[in-house]
Amino acid sequence: MSDLETFRKDARAWLEENCPAEMRDGAGGEDNICWGGRNWKFQSEAQKIWLGRMAEKGWTVPAWPKEYGGGGLSKEEVKILKSEMRDIKARSPLESFGIWMLGPALLKYGTHEQKLHFLPPITRGEIRWCQGYSEPNAGSDLASLQCKCEDKGDHWLVNGQKVWTSYADESDWIFCLVRTDPKATKHNGISFLLIDMAAQGVSTKPIKLISGKSPFCETFFDDVKVPKEHAPGIGAIVGDLNRGWDVAKYLLTHEREMISAGGGGLFGGRGIGEIAASEIGLEDGRLADPMLRGKIAQAEIDGWAFLLTLERMKDEAKAGQGVGANSSLLIYYGSEFNKRRFELLMDSGGSEALEWEGERTQDGKLARSWLRTKANSIEGGTSEVQLNIIAKHILRLPGA
Amino acid sequence: MALVLTEEQQMLRDSARGFLDEKAPVSALRKLRDANDETGFSRDLWKEMAEMGWAGILVGEDHGGTDFGFVGAGVLAEEMGRTLTASPFLSTSILAATALQKLGGDAQRQEHLPKISAGDAVFALAVDETRKHGPQKTAMKAEKHGNGFKLSGDKTFVADGQVADNIIVAARTAGAPGDAEGITLFLIDAAAKGVTAERTVMVDSRGAARLKFDGVEATGDDVLGEVDGGLAALEGVLNAGRAGLAAEMSGSAQAAFAMTMDYLKERKQFGTEIGSFQALQHRAAHLYSEIELMKSVTLKALQDLDEHYGMAGIICSLAKAKAGEVAKLAAQEAVQMHGGIGMTDEFDIGFYMKRIRVAQEMFGDAAFHADRLAMMRGY
Ligand SMILES: Cc1cc2nc3c(=O)[nH]c(=O)nc-3n(C[C@H](O)[C@H](O)[C@H](O)COP(=O)(O)OP(=O)(O)OC[C@H]3O[C@@H](n4cnc5c(N)ncnc54)[C@H](O)[C@@H]3O)c2cc1C
Ligand SMILES: Cc1cc2nc3c(=O)[nH]c(=O)nc-3n(C[C@H](O)[C@H](O)[C@H](O)COP(=O)(O)OP(=O)(O)OC[C@H]3O[C@@H](n4cnc5c(N)ncnc54)[C@H](O)[C@@H]3O)c2cc1C
Repeated sequence: MSDLETFRKDARAWLEENCPAEMRDGAGGEDNICWGGRNWKFQSEAQKIWLGRMAEKGWTVPAWPKEYGGGGLSKEEVKILKSEMRDIKARSPLESFGIWMLGPALLKYGTHEQKLHFLPPITRGEIRWCQGYSEPNAGSDLASLQCKCEDKGDHWLVNGQKVWTSYADESDWIFCLVRTDPKATKHNGISFLLIDMAAQGVSTKPIKLISGKSPFCETFFDDVKVPKEHAPGIGAIVGDLNRGWDVAKYLLTHEREMISAGGGGLFGGRGIGEIAASEIGLEDGRLADPMLRGKIAQAEIDGWAFLLTLERMKDEAKAGQGVGANSSLLIYYGSEFNKRRFELLMDSGGSEALEWEGERTQDGKLARSWLRTKANSIEGGTSEVQLNIIAKHILRLPGA
Repeated sequence: MALVLTEEQQMLRDSARGFLDEKAPVSALRKLRDANDETGFSRDLWKEMAEMGWAGILVGEDHGGTDFGFVGAGVLAEEMGRTLTASPFLSTSILAATALQKLGGDAQRQEHLPKISAGDAVFALAVDETRKHGPQKTAMKAEKHGNGFKLSGDKTFVADGQVADNIIVAARTAGAPGDAEGITLFLIDAAAKGVTAERTVMVDSRGAARLKFDGVEATGDDVLGEVDGGLAALEGVLNAGRAGLAAEMSGSAQAAFAMTMDYLKERKQFGTEIGSFQALQHRAAHLYSEIELMKSVTLKALQDLDEHYGMAGIICSLAKAKAGEVAKLAAQEAVQMHGGIGMTDEFDIGFYMKRIRVAQEMFGDAAFHADRLAMMRGY
């Protein structure tokens, strides 16, 4: 048996033994995610056990090095683990901005000491991080951010405001982009700073979304003192002083890759046509609403072509062909497609999809999800910004 | 199978591109049009393509072919789409070769495939009878006559029908128009008594015809596949044609897009390159994305034809629908972004718009295939 086959066998056996039955329902969705953190309230005992066991094994972040709390697995092994988890419909034990963003940034730009200090609590779901990039006057034009960070000898003094900070009110720490050199050119005076949300002067104010939820906040920093070292030898800044833009840029590409890698998940579950058929019914074998049927079929064609494009670009990357900047294409098309998909699901749902409260619709689950998808083409770089990137880096159009 | 071209397929593409750029650029099509050429393509050029193994790209080596498979055929179709090369490649090397390879008996294959490989015979596939594609609507009759059949009816929109040596025609041996069963394919000599071809001069300047069958006699040996074999056998052949057309349109769309991007970088108005206007940039970037999607489904359809021919129907519909819509968009944007010059006959872009219009209609437009896909998906 090859090493990989052995690994698969062992992983399967381990999962079989350790994944609680309640965690095998394949449930995804924002409501079922385990985010971890000091304030985290487990939704069930099973969720807690599952996280504990996976963390101990290093499998909440299977690809990270073992010394930082990861599983130290190779790419092939990670793939096998994921497929074995899918096979038993295991839920993801832990998701977080720490795993998606801060971790990769630290692994690339952090010192060994920073990694040892910050990464293991992320892998165990003990510390929850949020991302402080956007400001009221710095959205798409992120590099124009103004949040001030002054050198006061033994500490940094932070003053300013962030906005759209997802889960700031539930997070323990924040990784921030701050301006450390106001005189330098736009991209050159920014640093990547780690701040404890419990520090004096940090406050958050939830913002309610059109979906009725409040997953993000305004975050204020009033004379916040951030020690230069969070513990002896553990610097508060990741990467070099005033080189935070490099870290941010790296993370944005990473974020885009994640989004495109996860693109398949956009289409999880039943097809739009199948759902529409069960909701509206058929006449002579065709959806009873012929105009909607046409729109759905067109959308399914595009959705399918998109999935094949994800596949092709992965295969091209493996074969050393292809264009790097294509991740913008995948984000642009994927997020626009997901919005279109939910519009069609709302069309199929008709008036029933419009109920906002009540058990029958699980408090307007579809309507709320539909509204949530509108952010797909805004968060992490708007559709227009993605089109700008394609125009500039792929098509090489002038002045872009 | 990885969704990329193999090294061998890439080499085929590169050599095809070099050859076509030199021997068959758009100006060659323009010349044929201006000469009102009855054949619709250059026989010398076709012979050269055959010598390179293109005409027999789907034919087994035992019959003089190169047996490159559907991906290989798609690579060539795409390259011909780039240069709008006029040739009987679709009708003969994709449609007829597929029909003979998949449905033909030993004698039929022995007789015809070597001629296809050598570029010595032109074939046409005659399916449609009405203005919109619908193989199931086939009404043309093939009545029992002695030991054989007598074929009567009209066919339209038959690519290369005006010069074909042989015609593969779909006719009804049973059932009524609309029935999936009762359709039989016949292989008819174009010179047979009762066959008349009326050349139709088409918007794309490519050869096509309306065919009339007036009591044309056929024997059992002329049947391709099984009597009453039905739609399924025909659909297989059509799927190959649809994927081929998708590949061709993909090539045409990419060429039109490349010309347009060049123009955006070169044309100046308001004191700057028009490519610096975001109104055009975003449309260009969107179109680029659509073209990438088109390339993906087209390649997948071709790969599936190679790997599981009988199950490739849905993906071929997907490719044909997507390529038709994207190529149309590419042609429209190309003309629009070229401004007044895009409207002139002297400029090549109009040729792309015209050919794409024809290719997207042939063997089912996007609406036809969206409907087919919805049926197959149960809604
Ligand atoms: C659900 C959600 C979660 C988020 N989570 C976080 C988070 O955790 N942390 C964080 O820091 N941020 C977060 N954000 C913020 C997000 O990154 C910003 O909203 C995004 O970058 C856009 O910035 P903006 O909202 O200021 O819009 P603006 O930049 O003001 O854009 C307004 C409109 O103008 C367009 N536009 C702007 N510039 C151009 C241009 N050059 N060309 C063409 N059009 C342009 C945009 O596309 C958009 O349509 C989140 C946002 C959402 C919706
Ligand atoms: C059938 C026909 C009849 C005509 N008849 C006449 C006539 O009788 N008399 C006459 O004087 N002219 C005539 N014209 C010319 C017509 O007015 C011009 O073609 C038109 O003004 C566009 O100019 P252009 O062709 O130079 O294109 P360009 O200006 O070069 O435009 C090329 C592309 O760039 C786009 N573009 C240009 N500037 C911008 C911008 N600032 N922002 C965004 N996009 C931009 C355009 O929309 C177009 O898509 C005719 C043209 C046609 C096709």
